[in-house]
Amino acid sequence: MLNVVRAELRKLRRPTLFLGTMGAVLFFSGLFSALLYLLIDSPQGNADRGQVISREVLALASGGVQGFASVGGFLGIIALCVFAAQTAQEYTYGTLRNLLVRQPSRMKILAGKLISMMIFALVMIILSAIVSIATSVILAPTVDVSTELWFSSAGIEYIYTTFVNVAISVVGFGIIGMVLGLLLRSPISAISFGVLWLLIVENLLVAVKSSTQSWLPGSQLTIIASGGSFDVTYSHALAVGGAYVALGALVASILFVRRDVAN
Amino acid sequence: MPNTAISVSDLSKKYDDRLAVSHINFEVPLGTVCGFVGPNGSGKTTTMRMLLGLITPTTGQGHILGEPIEHPEKYLSRVGAMIEGPAFYPALSGHENLMVLARLGGFPVERVQILLEKVGLGERGKSKYKTYSLGMKQRLGIAAALLPDPKLLMLDEPTNGLDPEGIQEVRALLRDLANDGTTVFVSSHLLSELEIISDHIVMLRKGEIVFAGPIGELMTKQQPTIIAKSLEHAELAKIVELAEKSGHHAVIRNDSVHILAPMDWAPILNKAAFEAGITLAQLAPQLPNLEETFFEMTGDK
Repeated sequence: MLNVVRAELRKLRRPTLFLGTMGAVLFFSGLFSALLYLLIDSPQGNADRGQVISREVLALASGGVQGFASVGGFLGIIALCVFAAQTAQEYTYGTLRNLLVRQPSRMKILAGKLISMMIFALVMIILSAIVSIATSVILAPTVDVSTELWFSSAGIEYIYTTFVNVAISVVGFGIIGMVLGLLLRSPISAISFGVLWLLIVENLLVAVKSSTQSWLPGSQLTIIASGGSFDVTYSHALAVGGAYVALGALVASILFVRRDVAN
Repeated sequence: MPNTAISVSDLSKKYDDRLAVSHINFEVPLGTVCGFVGPNGSGKTTTMRMLLGLITPTTGQGHILGEPIEHPEKYLSRVGAMIEGPAFYPALSGHENLMVLARLGGFPVERVQILLEKVGLGERGKSKYKTYSLGMKQRLGIAAALLPDPKLLMLDEPTNGLDPEGIQEVRALLRDLANDGTTVFVSSHLLSELEIISDHIVMLRKGEIVFAGPIGELMTKQQPTIIAKSLEHAELAKIVELAEKSGHHAVIRNDSVHILAPMDWAPILNKAAFEAGITLAQLAPQLPNLEETFFEMTGDK
């Protein structure tokens, strides 16, 4: 298993993928956090779907991680794309047969891939946390938001909790990407389907019938990153999102183990 | 310790209604070079995939280095393979691609550079795979197959895309490996290549075995051709007549007569031609080569 992880990490650290992804994480983490402060007085709101996060809310112990929590869903989309591409490309390049000749245990290949991509995702999340919090610390004083409570013991606890929530959410999105990669066996198809579903189909369904937000997979994972929402509790999102991920992973694993490798 | 590197019995693979491989049986002795011959779509790659545990046989059994093919984990660490051409990550260099496979298989990473040198990619190892020519990709595939220092090497069309010099190098490499005790199971459409390096031949056509055994046995089974040339072109028809009178099939090709007859009939023809007033300019018995034998046995042209 360790050999698979080491082999996969070598692929993941190639500069175009690693630096490209980390660059996107850096940019969007900074942007999401900056907008919270730059648009604080905007009538259109400074958060998702026109919501307003006020100075008072941002000054709470949880204020320092507001930006980080809000970028969680976006990190999830990035993870979905990376996990899907890294899995499906083995079929399009025909490299899966090389992997299976060198490591015939398909479950070990799958588990090793997952662990290595989780390590990649973890690096992504740590970078995002640092950039988001740093941006918040820099911009808060410019709009009269107090940062006094952010690094109190309660504030530190919020940082840890949010980090764990974002990590669960990002890995959940990643696993969905991996499942799509295994099922569709093409990076373009897997990424297109995943992004289209999460960014367009789910948003349309929620706009048409708001109660669907409690049951759609992408919504649950985004809510987990935020630590719960007004409409959906954290534990509900964790249970439903976890069920989607587990079911998808089970089906994809069975297919991967049993399917002939004929390309 | 088994004395066969590969043995298959009643092995079949069916896709929906199509039988890609049909109840084949053959053995490849240890330490030999075995050519795996068959036209496109004859089931060669499917057979190789079954032997490597990539696809599940519909029926039958197989053993690789004495281990059943249902448990590829028991033998794949001693097997090197390149199936259906080289397949690597385009954004990684040749060196990095081999490092991925070396790490995955738990092989010493020092072998990577040694193998790149061995296949003539020492200087291009750091270049990205996507910049390689077809011949270079093929060489990298062979290097990857050699990573485990294999007891059995399975190569699918390893000389595809190689120039004549490269083909000669691969031929020498495979022969050297066999001399060192590695069993080589190699498919190629260049039958002349296989004829030079193979000790054994497995011939496949439409998923069925046409011949499996030592190459010498295959060749001696074939009737030789006697090639006769006369000084006068007009006398070729008379030579055909002489051959057919003795019950041997003969045809004129270019400026010579090709007669299907045993080698010891050549002096009889020489005498008969002399008595008929024909002066033979050439009289040479010739065994068919592998390509001719293949077409003869499979009925393909």
